[in-house]
Amino acid sequence: MATFKDFRNNIKPNWCPGCGDFSVQAAIQRAAANVGLEPHELVVVSGIGCSGRISGYINSYGFHGVHGRALPIAQGVKMANRDLTVIAAGGDGDGFAIGMGHTIHAIRRNIDITYIVMDNQIYGLTKGQTSPRSEVGFKTKSTPQGSVEPALSVMEMALTAGATFVAQSFSSDLKELTQLIEEGIKHKGFSLINVFSPCVTYNKVNTYDWFKDNLTSLSSIEGYDPSNREMAMQTLMKHKGLVTGLIYQNKERQSYQDLVPGYSEKPLTEADLTISKEKFDQLVAEFM
Amino acid sequence: MISQLSWKVGGQQGEGIESTGEIFSIALNRLGYYLYGYRHFSSRIKGGHTNNKIRVSTTQVRSIADDLDILVAFDQETIDFNFHELRQGGIVIADAKFNPTIPDESRAKLYAVPFTDIATGLGTALMKNMVAVGASSAVLGLDIRVYEGVVQEIFGRKGEQVVAKNMEAIRAGAQFMREQLGENIQLMQLEKADGKKRMFMIGNDAIALGALAGGARFMAAYPITPASEIMEYLIKKLPQFGGTVIQTEDEIAACTMAIGANYAGVRTLTASAGPGLSLMMEAIGLAGITETPIVIVDTQRGGPSTGLPTKQEQSDLMAMIYGTHGEIPKVVMAPSTVQEAFYDMIEAFNIAEEYQCPVIVLTDLQLSLGKQTVEPLEYDKIDIRRGKLVTGELPEIPDKGCFKRYEVTEDGVSPRVLPGMKNGIHHVTGVEHDETGRPSEVAANRIVQMDKRLRKLKHLQFPTPVHKHVQHEDADLLIVGFNSTRGAIEEAMERLERDGIKVNHAHVRLIHPFPTEEMLPLVQSAKKVVVVENNATGQLANILKMNVGHAEKVFNVLKYDGNPFLPHEVYTKCKELF
Repeated sequence: MATFKDFRNNIKPNWCPGCGDFSVQAAIQRAAANVGLEPHELVVVSGIGCSGRISGYINSYGFHGVHGRALPIAQGVKMANRDLTVIAAGGDGDGFAIGMGHTIHAIRRNIDITYIVMDNQIYGLTKGQTSPRSEVGFKTKSTPQGSVEPALSVMEMALTAGATFVAQSFSSDLKELTQLIEEGIKHKGFSLINVFSPCVTYNKVNTYDWFKDNLTSLSSIEGYDPSNREMAMQTLMKHKGLVTGLIYQNKERQSYQDLVPGYSEKPLTEADLTISKEKFDQLVAEFM
Repeated sequence: MISQLSWKVGGQQGEGIESTGEIFSIALNRLGYYLYGYRHFSSRIKGGHTNNKIRVSTTQVRSIADDLDILVAFDQETIDFNFHELRQGGIVIADAKFNPTIPDESRAKLYAVPFTDIATGLGTALMKNMVAVGASSAVLGLDIRVYEGVVQEIFGRKGEQVVAKNMEAIRAGAQFMREQLGENIQLMQLEKADGKKRMFMIGNDAIALGALAGGARFMAAYPITPASEIMEYLIKKLPQFGGTVIQTEDEIAACTMAIGANYAGVRTLTASAGPGLSLMMEAIGLAGITETPIVIVDTQRGGPSTGLPTKQEQSDLMAMIYGTHGEIPKVVMAPSTVQEAFYDMIEAFNIAEEYQCPVIVLTDLQLSLGKQTVEPLEYDKIDIRRGKLVTGELPEIPDKGCFKRYEVTEDGVSPRVLPGMKNGIHHVTGVEHDETGRPSEVAANRIVQMDKRLRKLKHLQFPTPVHKHVQHEDADLLIVGFNSTRGAIEEAMERLERDGIKVNHAHVRLIHPFPTEEMLPLVQSAKKVVVVENNATGQLANILKMNVGHAEKVFNVLKYDGNPFLPHEVYTKCKELF
C-alpha cells in the first residue's frame, strides 16, 4: 500500500519560504495515502497562479491547465474515467474570479471530484493585486486607496448553489486539513474545501497570526450539526465566514454520474469505439 | 412532365411552416426524389416571417434554386416578400382566409385555397398545413397514399382518429386544388422518381452520426445556432453506448471539459458557432501545447459578435486557422457535402489522436441546417485509428522518474499514456515543458519542443484535401470554394461550360495546413481564378494567394448579406470576367 512518501516527487516547489501552499501539498499527499490510493490512480488538475503549480509537485497524474478552468478539465477527466480520483486545486483568483462561473456550476452539477482552493486573499504570482476574497479597504497595487468591493462570502455562496460538501480549513492545521480532504475524496459528489493559505510575501494583513486570532473551529461550537444547512448558513454569517471544519455535508443526494441516464458504470475509457453494423443500420434508417 | 422544381412555404414563425415543409419533403424523399431544403428563419421563437424552400429533383441537387415554381403562403407577407422569386408560369397557393393578392408585376398565377376553412371543417384549424401539403401534392401529381406512413409516424401516438383526420385534410386539399387547376394540372407534374430509399438529413445530423460512428462517447457543449442539433442528437443516442452529453455553463467550460475527457482517453467533441469558438480560443492553445486530441465543430454563421445568428456566412476561416495566441499544430477541415461531413467527423477523431492536436471541423449554416438527400453512408468505410496510444503494461521507471509523454521523436508524435495507467505518471501543463511534461524555460528545450510539435503535421495524411472537378488541362477559369458553396459552383460551372468557357472547379476540403501542392498546378494551369465565398474580405482568396501566389489572376466573388449563393449569381459574376 502506498504511503504519503509515494506521493512525493523530486521537484522542488517554487513557492516562497513559509507559503501556506506547502502544507496543502502535504495534506493532499497524506490524504491520498490514507484513503488507500496508489499514485497512478490520482489525477490532480490545477489552475494558474502560485497554487496552480501544485499538480506538478505531487507524484500522481497531473494536469496544469489554463487560468480559471481547472474545474471543467477535472470534470471532463472524471466523466471519462470514473474510476480515477480527481482533485482540482487552485487559488482564490482562479476559483472565485475568472473561474467563478465554473465553480458555481460544478457545485450544482455535483460530479464526484474534490476541489481545494488555496485562499490567500491576494494575487501573488502577478505580485500583489486585490482578489475577490480581499476585504474592503485592503490596499494592493491595484487598489492603492483600498478595495471598495466587498469580499465574496464563498462558503455561503456554495451553500446557496446547492453544494453537498462544504469545508474550510487553515493550512497550519495539517491534521484537520488532511482529514477534511480525506472526507472530501470519500464524499459521493462534489466537495469544496476552502483553505486559508497565507501569502507571506504580499498579504501583510491576513497573516498566520491574524488567522489564529480570528478563526473559530466548528468543533468548539456545541451542538454544531453539519447536516443542517440552515445552521451552517447562520454560523457562517455569525462568524463572517471565518470558521474551520466540515461546514455542511448532504449524504443523501446522489452524484451527477449516478443520476445521469444511461451513463456507463464502467469507465467510459473502456467503452467500445465501434458500433455494430446492425446498430448503424438502425441509426441510418431513422433518417429515411 | 418536369424533372425538377422549387417549392417554398412561408408564414409566421411558430405557425407550422416547419412541419408543412417537413411532411412534404419526407413524402417526396420516400418517393425517391432528391431534395435540397433551406430555411429562412429569425432569431426569435414566434412571429416574424419564416420560409422553407425545397428543391425537388430526380437527380442529386446541392444548391438552392435560382427561382421558384410554387409558393405556398400562409400570409400576405409571404407573397410580398417572395413573389419576385417566382418564375414565369409559377404559382402561388395561398390561404383564402386572408384574401390574398398578388402584385401586378408578378408573372405568377394565384390560387386561393381555403386552408383554414377546410381544416376547421374537419375539426381543427391546426390542420391547415396538411391541407397545404395536399394542395401542393396535387400540383406535382403525387400519389397521396405516400403520406399514410408519414402521418402515422408523426401523429400515431395521438391516436387513430388524429391520423385519419390529418389524412383527410391532405386528401381534401389535393381534391380542391385539382378542381382549381383544371387543365393546368399538367403544367407541373413531376417525373416519377426511382423510389429508392435514401437518407434525408441536415449536415448537423451527419456530423453527430459521424461522431458516434467515429467513437465519440462524450460531448460537452453549450447551445447555439446553428450547432445545437449536434448535441441534441447525441444526447439522445450516446446513452445507448454508455456515454453522455453535458450542457456546460459556457463554451469555455465545454472546450476545457472536452480537453479533460480527451486527456483521460475518451473521444470527446464540442460544437459551436463563431461566438463560442471565440471563447474557446485559449483552450484550443492548451490542447495544442499539451498535445491533447480534441475535435471541435464550428458551424459558421454571420459574424462578427452576435452578427447574423440565423444566416449563412463563411467568415470564421482566418480565426479558425490562426485563432489562439502563440503557435500550435492544428488541423482545419471543411466538408462540402453532408456525406463528407459524416466521413470527416470520423477522420477528425483519427487525425486528432494520430497527431495529438486539435482538429476543427468547419461547416457553415447552409451545410449544417440545409436538409438534403444523402446517398448511402458506407459502414465499411468507418475506420478507427488511435495513433501512438500506449496499451498494455508499462515498465517501471526508477527513482520516481516520469514517463516521457513528450519524448522527442522523428515524426514529432510521442507515445501517449492515459491517467490511471501504472508506471505512466507524467505531468501535463500549458507551460512550456520538457519530455516528461515538467515546466522548463530553458531556451534549447523550448526550440526542441516547439519544433517537435510543429513537425507533427508536416506529413499529415488527409484523404481528399481538395475536391477537384477538372475537365481541362488549360482552363479559362478555376473556381475555388469551400463548404456549402459547392452546389452553386457546380451549377454555375455547367452554364459557363455551355457558354464555351473552360472551367475547372476546386473545392478546398483541408483548409489548414493548406494543400498547396494540390492547388498550385490547378492555379497555374488556369487563366483566371475566382474564389467564391460568403464573406466580405475574401478570406479563402487571401489564404490561396499567401500559399500559392499568382495574386494577379485571383478574383473575389463575395456575398455577405446573410444568404447563400444562388447558381446564377456565381455564373453572372464569373461571366463578367470574360
